[in-house]
Amino acid sequence: MTQRLPLIIFAIVMAVIPFIPGIPPFWIVLLDNIGLAALVAMGLVLLTGVGGLTSFGQAAFCGFGAYTTAVLTTAYGVSPWLTLPLSLLVSGIAAVLLGIVTVRLSGHYLPLGTIAWGIGLFYLFSKLEFLGRNDGISGIPPLSIGGFRMLDPGTIYFAIWIAVLLSALLTMNLLDSRTGRAIRALRRGHIAGEAFGVQTPRAKLLVFIYAAVLAGLSGWLYAHFQRAANPTPFGAHAGIEYLFIAVVGGAGYVWGAVLGAGIVVILKEILQSYLPYIFGGQSQLETIVFGILLVVLLQLAPTGVWPWLMSKLPLKPARKIPDTSLEPPGRVRAPSTPAALLQVDKARKQFGGVIAVNDVSFDVGAHEIVALIGPNGAGKSTTFNLITGVLTSTSGAISVLGNKVDNAPPQEVVKLGVSRTFQHVKLVPDMTVLENVAIGAHLRGHAGAISSMFRLDRADEARLLAEAARQIERVGLGDQIDQLAGSLSLGQQRIVEIARALCVDPLLLLLDEPAAGLRHMEKQRLAALLRQLRDGGMSVLLVEHDMGFVMDLADRIVVLDFGTKIAEGTPAAIKTNPDVIKAYLGATA
Amino acid sequence: MNTTIMLFLLQDGITNGAIYALLGLALVLVFAVTRVILIPQGEFVTFGALSYAMLATGQVPGTARLAVAMGVVAFGLDLYAARRSLRIKLVVRSVLLNIVLPVAILALTYALAGPKTPIAVNIALSLLIVAAIGLFLYRIAFQPLAHTSVLVLLIASVGCHLALQGLGLVFFGAEGLRGPALSNAAFTVGPLRFTGQSIAVYGLTIAFIIALWLFFGFTLMGKALRATAVNRLGARLVGIRTTLSGQIAFLLASVIGAISGILIVPITTLYYDTGFLIGLKGFIAAIIGGLVSYPLTAVAALVVGSVEAFSSFYASNFKEVIVFTLILPVLVLRSLAAPAVEEEKD
Repeated sequence: MTQRLPLIIFAIVMAVIPFIPGIPPFWIVLLDNIGLAALVAMGLVLLTGVGGLTSFGQAAFCGFGAYTTAVLTTAYGVSPWLTLPLSLLVSGIAAVLLGIVTVRLSGHYLPLGTIAWGIGLFYLFSKLEFLGRNDGISGIPPLSIGGFRMLDPGTIYFAIWIAVLLSALLTMNLLDSRTGRAIRALRRGHIAGEAFGVQTPRAKLLVFIYAAVLAGLSGWLYAHFQRAANPTPFGAHAGIEYLFIAVVGGAGYVWGAVLGAGIVVILKEILQSYLPYIFGGQSQLETIVFGILLVVLLQLAPTGVWPWLMSKLPLKPARKIPDTSLEPPGRVRAPSTPAALLQVDKARKQFGGVIAVNDVSFDVGAHEIVALIGPNGAGKSTTFNLITGVLTSTSGAISVLGNKVDNAPPQEVVKLGVSRTFQHVKLVPDMTVLENVAIGAHLRGHAGAISSMFRLDRADEARLLAEAARQIERVGLGDQIDQLAGSLSLGQQRIVEIARALCVDPLLLLLDEPAAGLRHMEKQRLAALLRQLRDGGMSVLLVEHDMGFVMDLADRIVVLDFGTKIAEGTPAAIKTNPDVIKAYLGATA
Repeated sequence: MNTTIMLFLLQDGITNGAIYALLGLALVLVFAVTRVILIPQGEFVTFGALSYAMLATGQVPGTARLAVAMGVVAFGLDLYAARRSLRIKLVVRSVLLNIVLPVAILALTYALAGPKTPIAVNIALSLLIVAAIGLFLYRIAFQPLAHTSVLVLLIASVGCHLALQGLGLVFFGAEGLRGPALSNAAFTVGPLRFTGQSIAVYGLTIAFIIALWLFFGFTLMGKALRATAVNRLGARLVGIRTTLSGQIAFLLASVIGAISGILIVPITTLYYDTGFLIGLKGFIAAIIGGLVSYPLTAVAALVVGSVEAFSSFYASNFKEVIVFTLILPVLVLRSLAAPAVEEEKD
């Protein structure tokens, strides 16, 4: 409940404001505009700040919402409340169509693409006959409940701010859930999430639609607030302004959207009303100052005002300690222990003329620790990527429990009970250790976006977090459970990755240089943990450069050199193998 | 379809397309070197064009004074950045570049501006003014952000666009301007009439494409610029001054923008805010070219120009819609071919 307290206070404050005696009606109009902008910016927070997808085209989605209700209420006399779901639906469908095209694009193509279709849609709005061309549509009926018609800014104020508060609540609920973690992991690249079963393109499309629906809601409210819709507020500059609002407020924070909307709307108002007095009647001066302020702000505070404000407040987020006594979430697969877990048969990977992995064959049985060693560039990590589906092999066959996986995507491989860590740590630095590890349990939960938004996922969520907490305890990081992953040492981050991989409840654990960056004692603890896992029925395939660690731990060793397997056997046999010595120390040794 | 109409439209499309190609090239150049998606490219176009048009009437354009003001800010930033290790050589260099240069341009403009000034002098003055603005724009807005993400740079770029466009209104007013043609020569081939102006457009576009290709492919400086684009840190470690690379990129982009503006202002009336749309069409070409390939960008620009010409004839209401949705099929193709490479962000 302590999490909700600020929200309730904020809601009460907002509810009281219109009843303050003597408050200028103009202030209420400003607050209405702030609420409308905050809704769009909130979508952008999720899309851009959290998901890492930049859109300059959100204003166009407002247009879809506004024009849908404008056409239906004026031309067909449909009740405004009936057009609400339709407005959201139309924005959502537009988002699906544009999203399918754009969200798979990486980096800078996305913002550029959104600018282009933002402008294209603006011209479409201003040219279509049934949308009233440049004049738009006027005479839109006001919202009404029974005989109460929301005609003036002071009454629709409540509709707008109820929408803002509900959206903020739903958005925060969504972010604090299984789906939310998948969304928050998007910005750091897709490989880590996919290795634990996250369907990245689907998650991206989801946030894209979510942001568009919020924009559509804002557009619907706008149409009934202004009682008219014309193309200007849905053009390219409006789209740019919404992004600006999100960045000013703090693109990663839901409340940053509200704060940013407040700052920008009020600032614009001040600039528009006072600049002409200072500089004499020149128009457009506010654009100049606005543009300059934008650049200055980015140089001084690229993360926005909200996080800066929060760091000034003495509030600390409540510790989230999951109840580890809960039942573990369901297993992904039926337990079975066949003779060979993993069979790699003449796997080959070519990058152009380079053969990174050259017809390598080996297998890993049940209850076994196998080490994959070799000098740098031997193809060890590439072999890992072939097994886990990050790369597809050029030829050869790889199978897990008898299922061929050499062309399977990572999300399918993990379902078979294969989980991994990465040579270059892939955690989300601004998420806590607990949240990072819980991504590992992604496939063991079932709650979707909608149920998360309405908090129907709590039982499922509690089980996932309990499992994550148990695995963190198991690897010995219980004290760091609610620290941000980015604040840990590199060695500890590797251990967090192991905990995340254990959350899959794997049969086979693939560890890419787990001991790098660990101190001696930590290595011994890691070795003990891996032995314990093996004795508990798990198999481990690890790549490691620390020979002492490998020789002590591994049951069997496979040696690669320049992509080719040169030896395989027990640690004792490998130590004396002349080919291995030659590969590591050179021909004359 | 009437063949003559088709030829006319095609000619119109190619002339416009050549301008878009020039802008597309500049955008690719700036993006490749600095990772900045240069929205204010359109303002370079209008500043160049309208400065030229104002000079032609004998007035001194406000852009010359803007260059001085930006130079002073740039000088202040230089001093602030070097406050811990101020050396005479550094200060002198900064004064020369940021104060003396724009003041000299302003003085030169005042000295030379007049109703009888030859066209060539006016062109040279406009180019100098816009080049200085481009140079200082990088120093003021983008150099302090050089290490940040493409997104932050993009938003800063939008901020620059807003500020410069607003200044454009202050300098040139809301009325459109038209400049005198570079040459009045003209000849006809079949039904088509070629003016000296359109020949200049074609010639300069081709010259720039070849020059950029030679510069990036075969000179040390060009390769250094490309290296900066791929990895700033790596480039610095091997001794490339990444700041210089950024300055050169912005200098080239502003000059190309101004030239494009001067080329079109005799053909169509330009307003203070026309540049944004023209620049965006250059973008479409640049995106189709994948923001990396100069020849592909040039070809794409010709396609954009032709599509625009044909749609303005057959569906003039939906001209902009058609041009801007042209990008969608390209994005679809790119997304289908998108390689599954991991990007490390932040």
